[in-house]
Formats: sequence, C-alpha cells, structure tokens
Amino acid sequence: MADLKTEFLGISSPNPFWLASAPPTDKAYNVNRAFEAGWGGVVWKTLGEDPPIVNVSGPRYSTIHSNDRRVIGFNNIELITDRPLQINLDEIRQIKKDWPDRAVVASVMLPMNEESWAKYLPMIEDTGVDGFELNFGCPHGMSERGMGAAVGQVPEYIQMATEWAKAAASIPVIVKLTPNVASVVPPAKAAQDGGADAVSLINTINSIMRVNYDTLTMYPTTDGMGTHGGYCGEAVKPIALNMVAEIARTHETRSLPISGIGGITDWRDAVDFLALGASNVQVCTAAMVYGFRIIDDLVDGLSTFLDDKQMTLGELVGKAVPSVTDWQYLNLNYVEKAVIDQDLCIKCGRCHVVCEDTSHQAITNMVDGERHFQVIDEECVGCNLCVSICPVDSCISMQRLTSGNDPRTGNAITDEKLTWTGHPNNPMRKTD
Amino acid sequence: MPSPLQLNGNGDAMANNEQIKSGRLSKAEVDENFADLHPPLTRSEALIEADRCYFCYDAPCTTACPTGIDIPGFIQRIRSDNLRGSAHIILRENIMGGMCARVCPTEILCEEACVRNTHEEKPVEIGLLQRHATDPVFESGEQLFERASAIGSKVAVVGGGPAGLSCAHRLAVLGHDVVVFNRDGKPGGLNEYGIAAYKAIDDFAQTEIDYILSIGGIELRNNSTLGADIELDELCEDYDAVFLGVGLAHSNDLGIEGENLDGVINAIEYIAELRQADDKSTLPVGRDIVVIGGGMTAIDVAVQSKRLGAEQVHMVYRRGPEQMGASVFEQALAQTSGVTIHHWASPERITGDDHVTGVEFAVDNSDEGMRLDADVVFKAIGQKKDAGPGSVEIEAGRFVVDIDRKTSMDGVWAGGDCVVGGDNLTVSAVQDGKIAAISIDRYLRDS
Repeated sequence: MADLKTEFLGISSPNPFWLASAPPTDKAYNVNRAFEAGWGGVVWKTLGEDPPIVNVSGPRYSTIHSNDRRVIGFNNIELITDRPLQINLDEIRQIKKDWPDRAVVASVMLPMNEESWAKYLPMIEDTGVDGFELNFGCPHGMSERGMGAAVGQVPEYIQMATEWAKAAASIPVIVKLTPNVASVVPPAKAAQDGGADAVSLINTINSIMRVNYDTLTMYPTTDGMGTHGGYCGEAVKPIALNMVAEIARTHETRSLPISGIGGITDWRDAVDFLALGASNVQVCTAAMVYGFRIIDDLVDGLSTFLDDKQMTLGELVGKAVPSVTDWQYLNLNYVEKAVIDQDLCIKCGRCHVVCEDTSHQAITNMVDGERHFQVIDEECVGCNLCVSICPVDSCISMQRLTSGNDPRTGNAITDEKLTWTGHPNNPMRKTD
Repeated sequence: MPSPLQLNGNGDAMANNEQIKSGRLSKAEVDENFADLHPPLTRSEALIEADRCYFCYDAPCTTACPTGIDIPGFIQRIRSDNLRGSAHIILRENIMGGMCARVCPTEILCEEACVRNTHEEKPVEIGLLQRHATDPVFESGEQLFERASAIGSKVAVVGGGPAGLSCAHRLAVLGHDVVVFNRDGKPGGLNEYGIAAYKAIDDFAQTEIDYILSIGGIELRNNSTLGADIELDELCEDYDAVFLGVGLAHSNDLGIEGENLDGVINAIEYIAELRQADDKSTLPVGRDIVVIGGGMTAIDVAVQSKRLGAEQVHMVYRRGPEQMGASVFEQALAQTSGVTIHHWASPERITGDDHVTGVEFAVDNSDEGMRLDADVVFKAIGQKKDAGPGSVEIEAGRFVVDIDRKTSMDGVWAGGDCVVGGDNLTVSAVQDGKIAAISIDRYLRDS
C-alpha cells in the first residue's frame, strides 16, 4: 500500500486527511473519536475571545437532498466555538499529548486589532498545537461583527491580520480563504504577502437553501426568521477545485502550499484536489453526513489509486495543474464528435431531445422508421452534452477526428494548433 | 344472478358433495390470503422509485399504454411532490387509472417497454407509482375535471363496465348528459364482478365509480339489460347517440361429455360470487380443483381457490406457456400460490355420475392421456357476447367498429370486450370508451 504519510508545512500526519474546523472538531470527545477512526489530523473548531459567542438553539443546518435523501448540498449558520477558551485549550493540550502522531491545528478568529492576536496566539500555541489556521472565511454571523469573511473579502485586511499572526506565532500559519469573492487570487496573494505559510480553501458559500412551501418563509427559520448560511458539501466541489487550481497555476501564488477543502466525500474527490494543487485535504460535510468511518474509504481508495498509478502522494500533488489554462489557449483546430455505442444504447432518447431542444440538432430519433439514436456528424460540435446526460456509463463517447475534413465545417483536420490568440476572427490576435 | 354454488338452493349442485365445503381455512387465514397483492408504496418508496425514471423522449412506456398516459410526465410530478398534477395527467387519459394501476398486466405493457429493462432488467414500477399518484384523489374525492357547457345533448351508454363508464365520464366532461344502462345490480362490470379480489381490495371498484359519477351529468340505471329491459332501436330514437359497452356475457362451453355434471362451473360466475362475498371464509371450496383454460380468468379462479383452502388446484391449458393469455407474472403468481399448471392437454371427457369426479385429457404427442381427480371443474376458456342487436354488423360474434369505435349503424358506437379487436383488458376498454366519447362529441357538435 502506498505510504500516505504527509508533511504539510512540517506538520506530519499519517495521511493527508484532516477534519476541517467545524462541529466535528469542536471538542475532545469528537476529536478522540476521529483519531480512533484514523483521521490524520484536525483543525480545531475556531477559537475566539472570551466571553464565547452564543449559537442559536434552533436549526443550524439545512440540506439539499436527492429523492432518496442523499445529501447533495449542505448549509449551516453555526458560529465559532461557543465554549470558554480555557476549556478548549485544556482539551487541545490533552489531545496533542494523547495523539502525538496526529496533526492538530487551531483555527482562530479574532478582532481586527493587533493586541488581540498578540494576546491570544501565544496562549493557544502553548498547548502544543502544530499550527494556526486563520478563519477569514466564515460568511455568516461573525462577518457581521467584522470578522471571518468580512476580513477575507478585503485583501489588505488579510495581509494585515496575517502579519499580526505571524508576528505572534512561531508555528506555521495557514490562512483560510472565503469563496465569496470575485477572484480568489488577490486574497491568496495578500495572505502570501502577509507571510502566510499556506492557504486553505474554500470556506463556505453564502446561501439560502429554499423557502418553506407552506408558510412561504425562508427555510429553515429561527422563530420565524432566517439568515443566509454557508453552503458546502458535494455540490461545492467544482467551485473549490477551480479556486485551488487558480492559486496553483497563477505565477505569483503557485509556490504557496494549499490545503484543499470543499465537498470531499470519497477518495476520488481527494485525488481531484491533490492533482489540482492541494498538498493535503480537509473534510467536514461528508463526516457530518456519514460519520468519521468514511476515513477508511478515503485512505484505502487513495492508497489503491496511488498503487495502481505507481505514484507517490507527492508526485500526485499538482499533477493536473499544467493542464489548466485560459480559454484563449485552447486549440480551436481540435475536433471531436460524439459516438453512440448502439450495443449499450437503451433508447431512452434523452440525448436526442436535449440536443434537439438545447443544442445543435445533431442526434436522430428515428432511422428508417425505427427508434434509433445516432449522431449526425454534419451537425455535431462535440459539446459533450449527450455524454454528460446519458444515463448509461460509457454509452456515448467523444472521439477525435484525425484526418479528412470536419463534416460540419468542411475544414481540413490538421495537427497544427490554432488558439484564439491567433485566430483570424480575433481582432486582437497576435500577428508575427 | 343465482349462486353458481347454490349455497342455499334445493337440489344443490355442489353441496351434496362432502368435499365441497367452506371453512377450509380460518377467516384470519383467508383475510391474509386476500390482502393487497401489491401493497401501495410509501412516500419514500415512491420518491426513490420515481427517481429511477429516465424521463425518456417519446417514451416507449407511453406508446405501450393503450390509453397513452404520459408516464414520464406523471412520474416527474411524483418526483417534484406534485401528486395532484400527477393524478390529473393519469386520469385525463384514463379515468380508471386507479383500477388499471392495480389490474393492468404492466409486465406486458408499460413496464415491458421500460428502457430500464435493457439497462438492468428491472423496469420502473410504473403501476405502483400510478397507484401512488391516484390513491389520494380517490381518498379525498377531489374533483380534477370540469364539465364543458352543455349543448342539450343526451347520450345512452349501454353497459356499466370500464368501457361504458369511461365513455360516460368523457362525455360528461365534454358537456353531454349521459344515461348509463347497466345490466347488474351494481356498476363496474368486471371491475366489480371479475378480477381477483386481492387486486382490488377495500371495494376500490365502487370508490372509483363514485369518483367517476361525481363529475355530474351521468344518470346510472342498474338492472337494465339490453334486449330485455331496453332495446337498441328505442335508445336510438330517445337519445342523440348510443354507446354499446356490453362486454361478453356468456362463458364458452367445452362441448364435451360431462359438461353438465354438478360441480362443473363457469369460472367467471364463481369469481363474481367471491367478489361479492363479505366473508370469503364462508365460501364453499372444493378439495381437488381442475381449471380449464390459460387466460387471466383461469389464473384468477385457480389462485383464489387455492387461497380459499383448496388442497389440489390443477390448471390445464391446451397449448404452451407462450400461448397463454395470462402473462408470465400471472403464471408465476399461480405457481407460487401452489397451483400446478399443465400444458398441451385438452379435456376430452368430464367423468362422474351426478357430480364430477374427474377430467380426462388428451395430451399432445402422447398416447397416454391424463386423468385428474376433481370435485370442482372450472371452465375458463373465454366468454362470448349475447346474440345482440341484429342491426349492427357483427364479425366472429363481436361488433365491428372503425377507428373511432363507430359501428355500422348510424349514431351507434361500441367498445370494450364486445368489439372486434377487444383484448379483454380493462385499460383497452377504457381507451375504447374515451375514443368513442370524443367521436360522439364531434358528431353531436357537427350535427
């Protein structure tokens, strides 16, 4: 089995799977269970100043379900820890003693003044934690008080607070970023400029889940009123992957280590984050949906995958980053056509109707009076819609044209690459 | 109708035989045996099952449904928690969508066509989903249809079975006033008097009919038999149009020796009595039963006899399993219920002095033949129509109709089992009634 032992900023853990700062890491009882289950590390639920904040005693979570109530998306309005600081510190100290081989990172959220950081970080560091994660991402509640996402949305604040933290801490500092920004690169750059050792992302996304169809109020509510929460779970993974990849492929930030977060549910999700530039990953929602035992699949699946690929974990990190580029650099001379495997086709007709209604009228529904679904190469633009919506795995595939002409455009197929930067239709094209 | 078992009669056909008796099973056992064959889905089950529907384009299931229900459409509405909308989609094409959800041989109709069969050999449970969508409407009685404004027309519908009631309902919706002349004491035809009891429990047939009649504009006259109480010529004079949905009133005879012995019974009559019995454990049932036939009625009488406590039930069909009118599912149901099915055997003689003692069969490709002991023999080899009104063209004993279900006689339409091409399915009868009603409406509005 591939070795999953991970060194992240010099913090070692037996595997790259940490539990993200959230309810699963709120107290020693949960963390002990997590470590017993096999998790590599935890980011302790965000610590703040005393007196502790107060959480609502009504619904804190809400979900988007499939019809069999599989959780697709998840949202929460829980704030940072609502326990006194000293209790958390005592528990962290004991946990670190009991589990020396596991990573324990303290998430912190403090007001925007240097004194607070100078006061609290040494106290927390004294417990023996391996590092800090600065919570500049929480989008609800705390942001109304000028913390969390309110900091993370202003690069100057990120840099300022990161500098305060670095000045007060002697252990690694990770800055946790909010996705509620136009581009994640400036916040990442600000963290780097402030001296951050790494960034972690994404925190949750501003969200309202739905309305209550009986009362026509938002859902859920606390005594009739609700507020936006932070969205997470499987549904947010693509957003998170893009943000991770953006940081990993941007020249100014590409050397910044990344801890990937956002919808990781099984080992394949972890491969996505690692290949797109994260050095380790953090998980919360999947544990809150299934319990800590999901770590078994994460560890086993990733090890098996690395064995199959004959690759180390380190070699996987960032492997896919070079394949991510801007649209303008895509090869416009490259042509693919959809091909339907008639032996696998179950004749549901979905490919036909979606192509007919919403795309390029490139799939038949009838041939010689028989129900038959077949790609019309003269119309197919290779968009992948039919592949995406076909209910049968591998029934429709995309195949590259390598010779002759594209039946749709009449253009000769060529190995010569042509991107938008040099395309004749581009008025801004670069000419030699 | 007189009891085929003549429970209370003098000179009993069966009661003299000591093997024919009630109480072979306790009431509790019989009640359990006659519970819902396919219990309804819970909401969770329905949502999960609905998710299995691929929402096919030009869906094969819809094409396979004789009434053309937009099946992906109604399943999508189940999925989106719009059960009333789902029920409307079903009932607008098939007002007996509730009964059809229970009795349709879906395995040879919509569910056979389901593309999931190709994918994983397990179709979407369309029948159960259809029941899930329609049950609430029949429970609440909520009216989903509105009558068009009346044009002062009056239509006679002869027959209170699925074809007649479907026709009457559509006519009422289209704004016509309808009188339904029904032969029996209760409406419903085979929905009420045929069909195995475990397929339509809790008096569902009457619940459905109450719903159908609640549209208004339909007057029901029971105990009105064509040719006895009413005549077609008179109806044609008194009404603007006539629909004949009279079904097939008579069982076919075997035409062999011993057919008139006591204990030889038309299956359809026994089933009717069984359906009307409040306490099925009081029904007399034989010990050794032979059912002759291979259709749904044969299965229904065989399985129900077994479930009433008969010890041996043999079902004998003159051809092979592929030729049976009963679907593969029904055949399996019979077998798992303990019925022994024999193929390629034709009855030659029913033996006995006064009461039947057995049946002798010729067996294909065998000189041996076969003899089965029996104290009751059920005949289930199909039904035929009354001689019927001579003024309407008949072919092979059934009314000839065109694509609009119009007969050769001006102003007269027909549908259901009594027409050429009728396939003895409730769902097809409903479609006939619907098509005829639409044609009648056009006829009345044009004239």
